[in-house]
Amino acid sequence: MKIGVLALQGAFIEHIKMLRGLGVEAVEVRLLQDLQDLDGLIIPGGESTTIGKLAVMYDLMEPLRQFAAEKAMWGTCAGMIFMAKEIGNGSAGRDQPLLGIMDIEVERNAFGRQVDSFETGLNVAVFHNGNGSPFPAVFIRAPRLVAAKGKARVIATLDDGTAVAAQQGKWLVTSFHPELTHDARFHQYFLQLVAGSDR
Amino acid sequence: MSKNGTAESNGHGEVGSFKVKVGLAQMLKGGVIMDVVTPEQAQIAEEAGAVAVMALERVPADIRVQGGVARMSDPGMIKEIIQSVSIPVMAKARIGHFVEAQILEAIGVDYIDESEVLTPADEEHHIYKHPFKVPFVCGCRNLGEALRRIGEGAAMIRTKGEAGTGDVVEAVRHARAVLGEIRHLQLMPDEELMAYAKNIGAPYALVRETKELGRLPVVNFAAGGIATPADAALMMQIGVDGVFVGSGIFKSGDPAQRAKAIVQATTHYNNPEILAKVSENLGEPMVGINVSSLDEKEQLAVRGW
Repeated sequence: MKIGVLALQGAFIEHIKMLRGLGVEAVEVRLLQDLQDLDGLIIPGGESTTIGKLAVMYDLMEPLRQFAAEKAMWGTCAGMIFMAKEIGNGSAGRDQPLLGIMDIEVERNAFGRQVDSFETGLNVAVFHNGNGSPFPAVFIRAPRLVAAKGKARVIATLDDGTAVAAQQGKWLVTSFHPELTHDARFHQYFLQLVAGSDR
Repeated sequence: MSKNGTAESNGHGEVGSFKVKVGLAQMLKGGVIMDVVTPEQAQIAEEAGAVAVMALERVPADIRVQGGVARMSDPGMIKEIIQSVSIPVMAKARIGHFVEAQILEAIGVDYIDESEVLTPADEEHHIYKHPFKVPFVCGCRNLGEALRRIGEGAAMIRTKGEAGTGDVVEAVRHARAVLGEIRHLQLMPDEELMAYAKNIGAPYALVRETKELGRLPVVNFAAGGIATPADAALMMQIGVDGVFVGSGIFKSGDPAQRAKAIVQATTHYNNPEILAKVSENLGEPMVGINVSSLDEKEQLAVRGW
């Protein structure tokens, strides 16, 4: 199994280290040719405007959409925004390129500025039917899910009901950063989706 | 600012932890942070793909020319910039001026640069940064200085270079110093670490941690003199996590084009074909000052203790 991590900008090395720690081959993706032979792709945290603009400049938008049509993809934070079909009201309103893959609406910087960034324990239903220990979730100027539509379903919420993770088939999005923790459960879960998409 | 640096909750979870402070810097990696003096410049920077902007009244090149006491910028002007972009906004406080830092935290800046580019407010002590909820980035010229700043609570480090010159030589010197000392540290037997920590004036625990990690415990950008796409890629290849570009963009002939080129060069820093392409037809770079022509008292990098 070979997983790519989009390496235009952001915390891609953290994802690669996590994947290699799980014994998986992981490579940086900057150009079209780097997408070849990959079984899945992670779009990391970073600045979603920067990642979007660089993806447009290097003609990656359509190839990434085609990749997602066949393979597993996971967006963390900026990656979640990038994969969304809609950015909701309340997000700063200038144009930014979106892959527009997943049937979700997101709001950028939904919890406020950096002084409002936070850590919390999150119960995630898909791990051990929700009976596992809380997942240590790190939210950095994080987006939230305003709505999961169509076949997208919410898989984790904060105590107040705010949706922060969703899945649609082999696509996964998280508002937070499992790659900044030592807890590999989300990475393992994504690898299960990747293995499923091989069938 | 919490009174004692203990955890605070915002109803969703714990805010202001060292993890979320360092975490934002991790999200900025592989990116370019640009100095801007107006909302219009901030929007040009965002449009070009900057990961954050540094809001200030005068870029370092102008501070150098105009002289006088350089202070924190007008909070009203910083707020206008905050409202004009969706990317993080940083602002500078004087070394040791913790009240300027409190004001910047109150208006909601995302990172404070406790910066030698401004006139120091304290010639012995830096700000005690742990109790703030807002993270700090600080400059350094060597490993000891970097680890002292981290000890005080800095969640991000930038090598200082020599701001406002457009001469990359000091940025290279300081990045090589920090990275070289880390390489040296990794080869050092454990029994030598205490004497080494004493010699470089760094907290022992952070020296140990740096040895174990093989890198600084926080993100490390380069700053001070980066003016071209090739300069940015040079710093990335030397081994920093990202770059600050101060005067280099908005003191050049075509800021939008140059900003875009430096962003691309920072992503594709290992690809000479792309570097060649983005370096074409950028117009006039900023007019430079050779650092070797500056007296020591004219150098900003010597500020910091």
